[in-house]
Amino acid sequence: MFIAIASGKGGTGKTTIATSLALAIKEQYKVQYIDCDVEEPNGHIFLKPEFTHKESVTVQIPQINLSKCTFCGRCADICAFHALVVLPGDVLSFAELCHSCGGCMYFCPEKAISPAEQEIGWIEGGLADGIEFIQGRLKIGVAVSPPLIQAVKNKRLPGAAVIADVSPGTSCPVIKAVEGADFCILVTESTPFGLHDLELAFGMIQELKVPGGVVINRSDGKDEDVERFCKEKGIPLLMKFPLSREIAVNYAKGLPLLSVHPQWKGKLISLWEKCERMGRN
Amino acid sequence: MKLAISAEGNSIEARVDARFGRCEYFAITSEDKEQWEFISNPGVSAGGGAGIHTAQELVNRKVECVLTGRIGPNAMAVLQAAGIKVYTGASGTVREAFEQYNNGLLALSTTANAVPHEGMGKGRK
Repeated sequence: MFIAIASGKGGTGKTTIATSLALAIKEQYKVQYIDCDVEEPNGHIFLKPEFTHKESVTVQIPQINLSKCTFCGRCADICAFHALVVLPGDVLSFAELCHSCGGCMYFCPEKAISPAEQEIGWIEGGLADGIEFIQGRLKIGVAVSPPLIQAVKNKRLPGAAVIADVSPGTSCPVIKAVEGADFCILVTESTPFGLHDLELAFGMIQELKVPGGVVINRSDGKDEDVERFCKEKGIPLLMKFPLSREIAVNYAKGLPLLSVHPQWKGKLISLWEKCERMGRN
Repeated sequence: MKLAISAEGNSIEARVDARFGRCEYFAITSEDKEQWEFISNPGVSAGGGAGIHTAQELVNRKVECVLTGRIGPNAMAVLQAAGIKVYTGASGTVREAFEQYNNGLLALSTTANAVPHEGMGKGRK
């Protein structure tokens, strides 16, 4: 079972819920926590894994053999991301724009382009109190994170209860993390901004054909707008967490919700069970 | 010398487009013999790398000099590598910018004066 925790709006509580969900179910399941928010992985702050392995993740970028190149311009023509420029007598390559599709190498009539490995980040893993913990960390300055997110997802353990913490928004990194999930929890807050981005995120999981449900975090009891949206779209409202200063204070200290409020354990277990029932498997 | 001016429209009375990579048109003329040609900028609809795409188009057209308002780092790198001169700070109409250039009022630039993606959303901030 692979459950992705996404949100649309940032700061709604994805990591709070992902980490506590992992802690809540770890006695019943073999749990693996994968942090797919590779631009700022923060699950480790709460789960405190002991990292025991680290590996480099690379992508292939074009390397031009100028002695074979005739400067015909075909590679620059077909590059959808404008990562190559052909000048009379030179070829410029903008590695940070390259999406490693290999098109330039495929279409070069002179076979003057070969792949070169470029490091984009790392995967780090270890154990966190019985939880298998994996995170991706994007190298500073790298713009294209989906290949790293894919590499993190490739580490999923078959048969495990896999919980993926996803970055906010609905752009490529989020899509890459959520695609193929058996279920997606969308965490929102009862603000106009929270609802607006929830609508976008819901549209995204529909496109991806990933079943999903909503968790309202920091509920102040006035959740009518989000509730109405869920009802209209037929999307299950799974759970609510209250607006609580105490939860925020402990979050800021790096303490998981569940360690401070163990009374949430039962509800988190039933949240997982609901996701399992409604999920694809 | 073949010269290109970023423009909002396809006439010499059109305003200079302050954005290089995402300008609507280029007004192209020979510096010595004034004869204008207007081309749509293919970079305007690029998903990313607009400045690079635009610069490649000007390289392909054998432009030797560019007058524009603001230009980002990637586009500037391409134009520099291609040996194309870049004058920034052009304003008013295409005709006025050409006069500013002829009167030596525009600054020859070798570094970017805009940040990446600045031209998105019509250059508004």
